[in-house]
Amino acid sequence: MAAEPIRFTIDDVEITALEGQSIIEACDAAGIYIPRLCHHPELEPSGNCRVCTCKVNGRNSATCVTPAAHGMSIENNTKELNDDRRMIIEMLFVEGNHPCPYCVASGNCELQALGYRLGMQAPKEVYQWPDRGIDATHPDIYLDHDRCILCSRCIRASRMEDGKTVFGFSGRGITMRLNIDATGGLGETQMAAIDKAARVCPVACIVIKRDSYRVPNGQRRFDLAPIGSDIEARRKQVKS
Amino acid sequence: MREAKSSDSRNSDQYHWKRVTRPHRHLTTATEVKRVIDLFGGDRSRLLDIAEAVQHRFGSISDEAVKALADGLGMHAVEVEDMVSFYAFLDREPRGRFRVRLSKTPISLMKGAGDVARAFESALAISIGSTTPDGKFTLEWTSDIGMADQEPAALINRMVLTELTPADVPDIIASLRHRSNKGDEPPFPLHPVDGSMLPKAVVKPSLVKAGPLLSGPLGRDDGLRAALSMEPGEVVAVITASKLRGRGGAGFPTGMKWRLTAKAVGSDHYVVCNADEGEPGTFKDRVLLSEFPDLVIDGMTVAGYALGAKHGLIYLRGEYAYLWDMLQDVLANRRSAGLLGTNILGRKGFDFDIRIQLGAGAYICGEESSLLESLEGKRGTPRDRPPFPTERGYLHQPTAIDNVETFACAARILAQGAAWFSGLGTAESTGTKLMSVAGDCSRPGVYEVPFGITVNELLDMVGAPDAAFVQIGGPSGQSVAPKDFGRRIAYEDLSTGGSTMIFGPTRDILDIALQFAAFFVDESCGWCAPCRVGTTLLKQGMEKIVAGRATLDDLKATEALGHTVARMSRCGLGQMAPNPILSTMRNFPELYEARLSPEPFSPRVSLEDALRAAVLIQGRASVPEEA
Ligand SMILES: Cc1cc2nc3c(=O)[nH]c(=O)nc-3n(C[C@H](O)[C@H](O)[C@H](O)COP(=O)(O)O)c2cc1C
Ligand code: SF4
Ligand code: SF4
Ligand code: SF4
Ligand code: FES
Repeated sequence: MAAEPIRFTIDDVEITALEGQSIIEACDAAGIYIPRLCHHPELEPSGNCRVCTCKVNGRNSATCVTPAAHGMSIENNTKELNDDRRMIIEMLFVEGNHPCPYCVASGNCELQALGYRLGMQAPKEVYQWPDRGIDATHPDIYLDHDRCILCSRCIRASRMEDGKTVFGFSGRGITMRLNIDATGGLGETQMAAIDKAARVCPVACIVIKRDSYRVPNGQRRFDLAPIGSDIEARRKQVKS
Repeated sequence: MREAKSSDSRNSDQYHWKRVTRPHRHLTTATEVKRVIDLFGGDRSRLLDIAEAVQHRFGSISDEAVKALADGLGMHAVEVEDMVSFYAFLDREPRGRFRVRLSKTPISLMKGAGDVARAFESALAISIGSTTPDGKFTLEWTSDIGMADQEPAALINRMVLTELTPADVPDIIASLRHRSNKGDEPPFPLHPVDGSMLPKAVVKPSLVKAGPLLSGPLGRDDGLRAALSMEPGEVVAVITASKLRGRGGAGFPTGMKWRLTAKAVGSDHYVVCNADEGEPGTFKDRVLLSEFPDLVIDGMTVAGYALGAKHGLIYLRGEYAYLWDMLQDVLANRRSAGLLGTNILGRKGFDFDIRIQLGAGAYICGEESSLLESLEGKRGTPRDRPPFPTERGYLHQPTAIDNVETFACAARILAQGAAWFSGLGTAESTGTKLMSVAGDCSRPGVYEVPFGITVNELLDMVGAPDAAFVQIGGPSGQSVAPKDFGRRIAYEDLSTGGSTMIFGPTRDILDIALQFAAFFVDESCGWCAPCRVGTTLLKQGMEKIVAGRATLDDLKATEALGHTVARMSRCGLGQMAPNPILSTMRNFPELYEARLSPEPFSPRVSLEDALRAAVLIQGRASVPEEA
């Protein structure tokens, strides 16, 4: 028995989804970009950042964790939503320490790129100046906890893809931290630089040593095109 | 059969704290932890119980214990820590043998909790947040412990102390010191029996006014007997006809919830009683559990029959641990009377039993999906929905989660009929509501009132002639100003789980809003960015306002931030956390205006503070500019 097609509209564009797809997956395939931060196409969604929130049938829902359903009517690219998304990006900027001009991730960083795409100026909120420390115990990887935005990508990748469970959270609320499966630093864990978990961090928290400047500043991914352009390019293909 | 069920056996159901408490001095941490794990059948979904037992035995969960837990349960240490570090009542570092936790709420502070805290500080010669050098006492604040009508209140290990005054403190300390000086050190948690010799270790009955729900003859199995005379589907139909709506705050129609759960496909169905009662200012579930436990359990058993569930769970907040023994006795009595267990009341194939899960100090675990995570032995992070618990709840099976009061209503509806119930209250809000009333009033306590009562009528009833504002529904609810005292308590108007905090004319409304903002900072689970960071920024914004240093721009920014947090947060906690600020801004704009700083800009941090680190490094202060 063939399943009924799932059709919904987002900002007045009609999209067809496959059974089991989330809204964001269906939109990605169709070339409609919904801003997102914690979502990664190769990992289970987790709903940490809420940047992908859209108005779904009049209610705010995070589209990475909301299954596509027939007849949905979705607002995505509206001023109100983009203002709220920008505010979340700003919150993440002040929660950690993010001196972009001298950060190794600048130009590859999804947080920074979203700040640009959503038109963030200098954050107006209060800097929290955390002092969470750097873990350089691993020969090939270092962790700069002050950059961590607690998106859980590394946790999911390590558990589901690498089968290692190197990462987890500790604490709750504003004192929540990324935690590792060893008392003496990352060097004591099973982590390897080829792990999926080492490749999914959207910011400069998990950094591969001696690799940071292979691509010079100015020629990096988001120096060349704004975040989301790759997805939007698909739309042009879909249309033509 | 599922693995996880093995531990739902009698053995650990009736598991008694004292069995773990008796220290086996010759055993190592690892061996002791293994013993605890075995008590729970090595079931990792029981990690909360296991961790509580380890904490109970050692006073904290050390690195060694984390490792032993991970090894024994086939988990990674980081996963154990992920869970353990989440709960306020579980510690990774050793703390004092006697854990003094003072309830910090606007009401406790109004009633003198500040003075009591200072008395403890001076009697113990430590400041709040620290431990005495001999390791005997740790003194700290905690969120509302469900005693709003008898503040200042405190928890000492598992005991509750109420109506404290500074004069009580020396006797309390002396008596605890005396105990700990006796050769056999008491176990970490003190039990109610142990506490009977402590001054103020009593919880007064709090029911002031009973209505139709809580008066008249209340047989312990009236609901169940009536239910058994019907088909399960008919029981659900009766609940639906009564138009009962959930009493935990959200007001979802209970009949519909039960119908969805019953028809959902699963290998098991579960009935969960939400006794987390974490909303500051509410204590009516405590009254039901302590004064009408049979009524609540009768309601759960009715649900078990209606939904075809074999297992019931009561999620009891850690602050109510003092009710543990009593509730276990009630369950045991019901088992011997054939009201729980197998073939209940002789009905072949109707098997239902109940386990109590003790929480560990996390307000968010009252949110139904966090509660499920916690029941499964994980950190209390809410789940994204869909799927809803009715479809995939506890251990992924269909689960009906209802508030304590909802179950009490269900039992009475079966016994008295749907028409009796729907004849009470209003069209949209049938029945009565238990209101927990405290603050500036002469008769605090629990009042059973018909839905539709106005705030004014309630204030008259409780003796609060000069209320300046009333916080209805706790910090997550609304700040109601006198101009709105004609509004009605009902789902169609002021919808509430029952928390009613009354504040008189001398109270500082903005400071109270700030205290509520701080509550949400402490209780945010941290999973999602807007609530994790936003609650802190809102509190900081409110601090600046209360200090009289905020400009009009600051005020607008705080308001805008509040709306973003409300719109973008993942669950009800974050969505409602800005309420105290936004609703006081709406209702008392003149108070905010009066606090505004006249300057067009005022920095949050003074120049000296901003330069402090540099001054330390340089070893000299900056030279002030000539005026
Ligand atoms: C942050 C938060 C805390 C909650 N705390 C409680 C609680 O302590 N007790 C409760 O019954 N419901 C609480 N709820 C509501 C529950 O999620 C759920 O709606 C309720 O248990 C359903 O039962 P009911 O339909 O009988 O009201 C809370 C909700 C949120 C968002
Ligand atoms: S991690 Fe990203 S946002 Fe943070 S400093 Fe580096 S580039 Fe900037
Ligand atoms: S380390 Fe990176 S991937 Fe992991 S939670 Fe932090 S920001 Fe996300
Ligand atoms: S809103 Fe707050 S409590 Fe709810 S998931 Fe987000 S961080 Fe956790
Ligand atoms: S991308 Fe959906 S919540 Fe982060």
